[in-house]
Amino acid sequence: MKALLVRVALIPLMVWVVATLSFFLLRAVPGGPFDRERAAASREVEAALKARYHWDEPIWRQYLRYLGNLLQGDLGPSLKYRNHSVNDLLRQTVPVSLSLGAMAFGVALGLGIPLGTLAALGRHRWADQAAGLLTLVGVCVPVFVLGPFLILVLGLWLGWLPVALWGSGKNAVLPTLTLGLYFAARISRWMREGMQEVLKSPHVQAARAKGLGETRVILRHAVPVALLPVISYTGPMLADLLTGSFVVENVFQIPGTGAFFINSFFSRDYTMMMGMVLFYSLLLQVLNLLSDLLLRWVDPRVRA
Amino acid sequence: MNTASSSPGRLALRRFRQRRRAVVGLVFLLSAAALSVVGPGWLGVDPNQGGDAPFAPPGARHWMGTDIHGRDLLARVLIGTRISLMVGAVGAAVSLVIGVGWGLVSGWRGGRTDAWMMRLVDVLYALPTVVWVMLALTLFETRCVGWLSERWSAAIPAFRLGAMMLSLGSVSWLTMARVVRAQVLSLRERPFILAAQSIGVSPARLMLRHLLPNLAGVVIVYLTLTVPAVVLYESFLSFLGLGVRPPQASLGTLIADGASQLNPVKVRWWLLVFPAGLMALLLGALNGVGEGLRSAFEPRDDR
Repeated sequence: MKALLVRVALIPLMVWVVATLSFFLLRAVPGGPFDRERAAASREVEAALKARYHWDEPIWRQYLRYLGNLLQGDLGPSLKYRNHSVNDLLRQTVPVSLSLGAMAFGVALGLGIPLGTLAALGRHRWADQAAGLLTLVGVCVPVFVLGPFLILVLGLWLGWLPVALWGSGKNAVLPTLTLGLYFAARISRWMREGMQEVLKSPHVQAARAKGLGETRVILRHAVPVALLPVISYTGPMLADLLTGSFVVENVFQIPGTGAFFINSFFSRDYTMMMGMVLFYSLLLQVLNLLSDLLLRWVDPRVRA
Repeated sequence: MNTASSSPGRLALRRFRQRRRAVVGLVFLLSAAALSVVGPGWLGVDPNQGGDAPFAPPGARHWMGTDIHGRDLLARVLIGTRISLMVGAVGAAVSLVIGVGWGLVSGWRGGRTDAWMMRLVDVLYALPTVVWVMLALTLFETRCVGWLSERWSAAIPAFRLGAMMLSLGSVSWLTMARVVRAQVLSLRERPFILAAQSIGVSPARLMLRHLLPNLAGVVIVYLTLTVPAVVLYESFLSFLGLGVRPPQASLGTLIADGASQLNPVKVRWWLLVFPAGLMALLLGALNGVGEGLRSAFEPRDDR
């Protein structure tokens, strides 16, 4: 319990470190986002621009201002989208990315857990082969290969599915599959290994010995235990799900957070970059903590 | 153990040779690396030289077809492979230095130092470290490229690659540090280390002569498994346009080029299929070799 409290207490510290690092790395460098534009119309315009974003203040004032705004949850104005704040853009894009991520995660669990379980039982050759194939795809075919490949085969050659944009259910199929399959591969592998281990354990033998049906033994006594490592690996896996979503949103032109984040690198939208780095760091810490809490809740051994 | 004449290294070699996927992967990898080095010169085609036949499909003259500028795709795939493998190898070497150092100190010192060092590793695990690499590369573009272009513009691509290898290596050492630490923790209490300590061997010599040789196995295994991870990251960054930049090519930029040519009007499949296929094969081979080494050095651990 104490370790968990320490981790919760470390989150604000981490936010501060990330904010400070990204502030001084990005904001303090000469060469602002306005340098790339044609020469400012006049000195007054330039001064007005600088004053608006407080770039005329000394750096420590800017830093304190940034931290102060951060405390109130304000990430500042976007430099590229002049009439939007970073908060606005997050509010608009996060639901899109979140639904994509959640669906992909659903595919990963829905495909990975049953397939891993069936493969571990070793009674169905097709499950064994499918799990093997899925693992191979997970190892060899990264998201940025799978996405274009699915577009080529399912979208263009067979013409079954739309290849870009976001909106209807049909649009979501390819991006969800692209993001989901990779993680389904990893989950099915963990599940298979976990099940193979659990099926040998004494409590499963005991359940069999008292005459329970095989289905009940597997579903009630083996699967829940084999799920534990899957839960504990899920936290770190979410970081990859995030970076995967950058690629998927880029490939399928989905207006999600990741697409905006990548764009901010090309438009040198520093406030946006800083805001998003903070957002992603915080999100991952919280999700990791949640997966640990979940593990603690379902597994008494961790609590002890 | 049963054959007294076999050294641990020879035993490991024998176990490695029994894994067919590992051997096939190694052969494929070596030939791909060799081809990527000698291939472009042997073809006699300049990979950056535009031609008069853009989008030529694969044929006798261009085995993999040509791209939008009429450049020979085979030549570009070869130099792309070279760059991807090089970034992977050097990046993994950087991660090796950091990871082994971190793990050694953490495991050897133990106690509070160990707890804090490992907590930091935990925190880093949960951070989107690739995002930091993106920031570092952006910094490089804004700060160093401008500075370099006035002085030594020819060196910009080389420096950019160097920046990428360094930054990728410096976020890929976490697993290595954990594994090395665990190994050091278990070695630390072994009689031969205690014996060396008791006869007054200096700490530096103890680490170099007694500890490091016993770490070699796990280090080699995780080093090989880090290479595909770094290759993957490099391609990911290059795919998004944040890594290798034109006219240089890596497998990531080539796949991105292929993906950008996907349209319903005219399907130029070769631009995607060849680089993407090679990427898949390389990743498979690298992982196969890594897994083979793992089963060779950690025979009881059949994960």
